[in-house]
Amino acid sequence: MSETLTENRKRQPRSPLSGVKFDDSAPLLEVENLQVEFHTRDGIAKAVQGVSFTLNAGETLGILGESGCGKSVTAQAIMGILDTPPAKVTGGQVRYRGVDLLQMDEKTRRHVRANKIAMIFQDALSSLNPVFTVGWQLGELYRQHAGASRKEARAKAVELLEMVGIPAARDRVNDFPHQFSGGMRQRVMIAMALALQPDIIIADEPTTALDVTVQAQVMALLADLQREMQLGLILITHDMGVVADVTDKICVMYAGHAVEQANVYEIYERPGHPYTKALLESIPRVDQKGEELTAIKGLPPALVNPPPGCSFHPRCAFARDRCKTDEPPLYQLPGNRESACHYWEEVLNS
Amino acid sequence: MGRYVARRLIQFIPVILGTLFLLHLLSTLTIQVVGDPVRALFGENAPPAAVIDQMRADYNLDDACLEQPGNPCLGLFVDRLGQYAGGDFGINFRGRAVTEMFIERFPVTVRLTIIALVFETVVGILMGVLAGLRKDKFADNFVRFFTVALVAFPTFVFGTLAQLFIGLQLGLELRNSDWAPDWLGQMLNVGYNADYPWLSLVLPGVVLGSFSLASIARLTRTSLIENLRSDYVRTARAKGLRTRRIVGIHTLRNSLIPVVTYIGIDIGLLLGGALVTEGIFNIPGVGQLVWLAIQSNDTPVIIGVVTILTIVFLVANLLVDILYAALDPRIRYE
Repeated sequence: MSETLTENRKRQPRSPLSGVKFDDSAPLLEVENLQVEFHTRDGIAKAVQGVSFTLNAGETLGILGESGCGKSVTAQAIMGILDTPPAKVTGGQVRYRGVDLLQMDEKTRRHVRANKIAMIFQDALSSLNPVFTVGWQLGELYRQHAGASRKEARAKAVELLEMVGIPAARDRVNDFPHQFSGGMRQRVMIAMALALQPDIIIADEPTTALDVTVQAQVMALLADLQREMQLGLILITHDMGVVADVTDKICVMYAGHAVEQANVYEIYERPGHPYTKALLESIPRVDQKGEELTAIKGLPPALVNPPPGCSFHPRCAFARDRCKTDEPPLYQLPGNRESACHYWEEVLNS
Repeated sequence: MGRYVARRLIQFIPVILGTLFLLHLLSTLTIQVVGDPVRALFGENAPPAAVIDQMRADYNLDDACLEQPGNPCLGLFVDRLGQYAGGDFGINFRGRAVTEMFIERFPVTVRLTIIALVFETVVGILMGVLAGLRKDKFADNFVRFFTVALVAFPTFVFGTLAQLFIGLQLGLELRNSDWAPDWLGQMLNVGYNADYPWLSLVLPGVVLGSFSLASIARLTRTSLIENLRSDYVRTARAKGLRTRRIVGIHTLRNSLIPVVTYIGIDIGLLLGGALVTEGIFNIPGVGQLVWLAIQSNDTPVIIGVVTILTIVFLVANLLVDILYAALDPRIRYE
């Protein structure tokens, strides 16, 4: 009698994930030809147009691009947390261990979040609920996903806070988000993402809202934890410095397209797309003090009625007539890299 | 939280003293400018001077400062504060204590307030949540139409219509029928009935709460929609929580913060008595007391009741401020 009681209390909610056959030999995450549209008042905006990449365990992929290029939308489409409507995933596949998440029913997919793929957001202050304590918000994951009691959840929350290096975690667990400093808050976000030991972390501009010194600390923490747990990390950023420090390979996005993919050394050494080249040239350099900063002229195109041909041609230094009419395919470049530019050879050698 | 409450209580002292002083200034200035209310009471048939002097002494109107316009009568204010502290808010022109008259009527107003408040809060929030979750769908448009209609109808129109159609025509049908239970007929009646102190206030309470119901529904809707778009809701979704939990726990608590502010102000207003509603349904509440005092020029009653209501309003606001801090931790640590 008493035995059944204890069992009942400790009963774990049966996760719908146990019925899904994940293939452990398949890559951790494969995104293939992902398409996302937004239905706006002005028409249909194609926010993501055929993005593909593969992420393996222990690998860091940097997604680079300026604001509005579809980085965050790609991330949220992978997580399945886009606001639908207005957004709609219109095509492609997102395979986790060989299983397409886009074909899953919502109940199963809900359990993929946090358990398998977790996300860290840019602004930790607004991304944490202001009216609940940090410990409550961390513990909620254990209570909702692992059937933990309040007490167990709290103990787990303290553990997590200690893991991400928050001093006096036992006391701070009862504090509210606004009582933490920016860096500490982002550590809380990281702790939240790691709570259920997922395989993949998607970090959407995790350091953009922080001071430079704190940025470095948070990035170092993230990189350490990733190495330790052999996580697949997707790092979304527009900060070329951050990308260079921690990523293995880079996917550059422009106006919803993945315009170039290569490993981090190659891309910094010899960019294969004019946009990447222009981005690299626009990084301010100490040895060019006093000179004018190089900027990419013009603005990114509207996503509702994008220009025909290559979406970058109005701002491109290499553009010819062909770029105005023919949309470039993804060319395979030597050394297992890709570029969506008709004149990639010229760019590589320039 | 304890420290916040303590600080709030300390802040309360200057607020209540300041408000009472302003009220005192208003009433003394009125007497100084308009003239002695005792003399005004008798009009042309003035009784002997000795009687008038006696009455002036009884009503604390014999202070010399009351004949000097602009004199703040600080001595009188201190006297009054002492009386207020002892629960004495003066006597009316027939010699009855204002406090006694107020206590007699206040429970009715409190019951009416509770009914109106429960109705407007529960139905208002439910409608607001429904509209917010089904933005631009049928439910949202229905709530929009309904609330605009409620706000557009003045209470005296809405109250009279409710009294006529629900209280009189429908109610009479129910009270005369065999099948309807007694409570239903009494609930939908034309006016206050002391034998049914709660039931007979339901219809007036609904009328009284309907205006605020519209505001609460709209406020909840807007706040919910705004919060559903917020970053922390996105985080909650990324945490793999159920939609019910995301809306019911993460979003709703944040969305209700402005609603509580509104309800707080409303409690104070409702406790001050509802002149129009109490008039239509003949409810012997505080609103009626003030109304009768104004009509009969009973100055001490007006001053006394208004003072009590001010204190009630301030205390209600204090309680809501504390509730507000319980709901939003950011307030506590400012």
